[in-house]
Amino acid sequence: MTRTVGPQPGETETNQTPAEVADAQAKATKVGTSDIRELLTRNLRQSGIYVAFFVVVVLFAILTGGTSLSPGNITNIVLQYSYVLVLAIGMVIVIIAGHIDLSVGSVVALTGATSAVLVIRHGAPWWVGMLAAIAVGLLVGVWQGFWVAYVGIPAFIVTLAGMLIFRGLTLQVLDNISLSPFTPQYQKVSSGFLNGLLGGNGYDAFTLLIGALAVAGYAVSGFRTRVARIRYKQPVESFPLFVARVVVVAAVVMYFAWQLAHARGLPIVLIILGVLITVYGMITKRSVFGRQVYAIGGNLAAATLSGVKVRMVNFWIFVNMGFLAAVAGIIYSSRSNGAQPAAGQNFELDAIAAAFIGGAAVTGGVGTVAGAMVGGLLVAVLSNGMQLQGVDQSIQSVIKGLILLLAVAFDVYNKRRAGSSR
Amino acid sequence: MDDYILEMRSITKTFPGVKALSDVSLAVRRGDVHAICGENGAGKSTLMKVLSGVYPAGTYDGEIVYDGEVQKFGGIRDSEHKGIVIIHQELALVPYLSIAENLFLGNERKGRSGLIDWNKANADAAALLHEVGLVENPVTPVGTLGVGKQQLVEIAKAISKDVKLLILDEPTAALNDNDSAHLLDLLRRLRDRGITSIIISHKLNEIVAIAQHTTIIRDGKTVETLDMSAPDVDTDRIIRGMVGRDLESYYPDRESHPGEEVLRVEGWTVKHPTQDRLVVDHADFDVRAGEVIGIAGLMGAGRTELAMSIFGRSYGRFVEGRIFVHGNEVKARSVSEAIDHGIAYATEDRKKYGLNLIEDIRRNVSAAALSKLATRGWVNGNEETKVAEDSRRDMNIKAPSVSSIVGKLSGGNQQKVVLSKWLFTDPDVLILDEPTRGIDVGAKYEIYTIINKLVAAGKAVIVISSELPELLGICDRIYTLSAGRITGEQPVREATQESLMKLMTKERELAA
Repeated sequence: MTRTVGPQPGETETNQTPAEVADAQAKATKVGTSDIRELLTRNLRQSGIYVAFFVVVVLFAILTGGTSLSPGNITNIVLQYSYVLVLAIGMVIVIIAGHIDLSVGSVVALTGATSAVLVIRHGAPWWVGMLAAIAVGLLVGVWQGFWVAYVGIPAFIVTLAGMLIFRGLTLQVLDNISLSPFTPQYQKVSSGFLNGLLGGNGYDAFTLLIGALAVAGYAVSGFRTRVARIRYKQPVESFPLFVARVVVVAAVVMYFAWQLAHARGLPIVLIILGVLITVYGMITKRSVFGRQVYAIGGNLAAATLSGVKVRMVNFWIFVNMGFLAAVAGIIYSSRSNGAQPAAGQNFELDAIAAAFIGGAAVTGGVGTVAGAMVGGLLVAVLSNGMQLQGVDQSIQSVIKGLILLLAVAFDVYNKRRAGSSR
Repeated sequence: MDDYILEMRSITKTFPGVKALSDVSLAVRRGDVHAICGENGAGKSTLMKVLSGVYPAGTYDGEIVYDGEVQKFGGIRDSEHKGIVIIHQELALVPYLSIAENLFLGNERKGRSGLIDWNKANADAAALLHEVGLVENPVTPVGTLGVGKQQLVEIAKAISKDVKLLILDEPTAALNDNDSAHLLDLLRRLRDRGITSIIISHKLNEIVAIAQHTTIIRDGKTVETLDMSAPDVDTDRIIRGMVGRDLESYYPDRESHPGEEVLRVEGWTVKHPTQDRLVVDHADFDVRAGEVIGIAGLMGAGRTELAMSIFGRSYGRFVEGRIFVHGNEVKARSVSEAIDHGIAYATEDRKKYGLNLIEDIRRNVSAAALSKLATRGWVNGNEETKVAEDSRRDMNIKAPSVSSIVGKLSGGNQQKVVLSKWLFTDPDVLILDEPTRGIDVGAKYEIYTIINKLVAAGKAVIVISSELPELLGICDRIYTLSAGRITGEQPVREATQESLMKLMTKERELAA
């Protein structure tokens, strides 16, 4: 930008000139602060990922002649990568706090194995298996949280040890053999669909209804936020811009729902994922706990001296990671219809990559759940597109690696530029 | 004609916005122990960094004549090559390596094969240790030695480099009496062997005991060089030189109406986190509502350590002591407990310990009292913005908006964010550690005004500062701290820079 539009100190922020508003509409989809240049530079890393995601989606839509956007394929992507996204939610929180978790792949295996032993070998009901998996995940989290938070061992070491320990325990639990198959109810978690509840002629009306409800929820909460901000005399985007934003989101969501409705309906796993993203998005953005996670990652010493109970926060971060790893373990075991000793290998790397590609900083203190989701989806769409194109597995791996490297290099470059302008 | 080993002529060194040294001259006679005195921030360390090449030739004005030649050092290696070795206050030894390995680090004793000849290295090391009077096995890891012995290892290392001019920056600050005496002895022996020393120290009685000449630096300028053999030169004479400046008139007026006691600390004693020595030794003090008290002390006196240990035991190992808030004893074992009891502490190093530099003003202001903005664990973002906006207006924080990143603000504005953060916790007593360090005069005045507003509102304020004029300008009472002990308490109308400096440098008499 060639000119500065920020108000002078003391000037109230709502007094934007029409030119400034026009600028805002041209440059950003949402005006949170009046200093548009700052908004842009600050969100460059975040918005960069959305742009990259859009480009990749369009690219593969063209390359595959539209196949990649077909109803069947979209359903497929959701089913195939859901557990990585679940892991990425927990992982981004771990990374924001300045830690890392290398054990989640093994925890996915261990929780899935626990569930499989109970349900398949001992004939327990499906929900007992799932609860047991969650319990094991929480215990794992307590164990790792204890070492990281209260003993003070770096998470890298604790979770590297965990990776070995929980892999070994998986082999023990399974007696080194695969277990299969699960009962049909259990399989529904990953491959079930909610459809036909309201009928429909060649499409699923229920899926469309849920899509419409999601859009309505988005619009209502957006409107309520807007009203609250106005009450507090905070700057808000102009009303037409607000409507435009809602319409764009509605269009994307309804297109997605339309495509799903014409395939097999609404995947159960998508509902789980939607709930998790919404809840964790709120936790990281608006809860005291979430704020303390950012504070710890941004400056540990300052957080400590501000009265943040650093140990407790770190402990719960890992308990939460254990919980989400268990959820991912359930989804994965359900999808693979059994438990294998080697399940979940390299999942931790996919989750870590998703978080970093989605804008989390290596040094901690920066990152969002939404960013990690887009980062994960970017990798998912990329992998899926390359598979459709018949790209060799080895090349796929190289490209994914390069994407990760570029994403973090972009982050480092931005930080250096921000530092030099100071 | 005197034989000078070193002459620094008209040295001027400027940092962005600050003139750290202005036209400083220093002449050191060969074979002397030459002391440099001055308040914290007077420019002593900067001068030594210019000399040793940390600030290479070209980044300063003036010339350095050493051994009869004009020198242009490009870095530490150049000056060491000429026999100038500087030993910093923070020792530069690798704790996990042995004494011998440390002594010859970067200067290894190699055998014919190109590999290190450990027998030779250890034998040479033993000889060096003998010279400095340290009885230790050369293979002992340095980290297991006390600070005093580590200092001797540093000096042995300097001797191994054929030192001609040895510079010691606050060598005895962390030492006990015995170790200090030993070190001074060693300096005398080195002098007899023809090694010249420059010693920077706050311990004036030591300077009187050992130095032949003393140069006093104040506000980046040379004040005078005293011949220590002259009859009228004693610690008082040095103190006069160190502080001899007028109180600047840029302290806002304030009427003082102290009310009831807010905080009282009794017998506060704290140990160093890793070493077995007392950093704070039975400190007693109190502060009343509507009162500003000052804590004066030189570097290493334990000011920050005292404040941080009171603030939820954030420093060191607690030994004993009691804290009373409004007359009731409180236990503040963690920072959050201290905050709950109405104690706030704004750190001296705001970038490292005070702020989350990658976050905006809003989130920094709310950081210490987030729960006040939350219902059932959920933060009200609008309320938070309002609080931050209020702070921005009340404190006159110059930033485009409360979503400006704190790391991009100026020092003065960052300090205002720190103050905002602590004021939002609604404390009864506010401890400000070097509140005006590194900020410009205008912002300083604003900070003083804020302090005045706080005490007018009935808060108790404790100010820790290295600048005596500042303490004299804004406090009601001043405590002096030396070697972890409170050595005095003066109402501001009785205190002068001289009287405070005397108390700040008084330690041995008390110990005796």
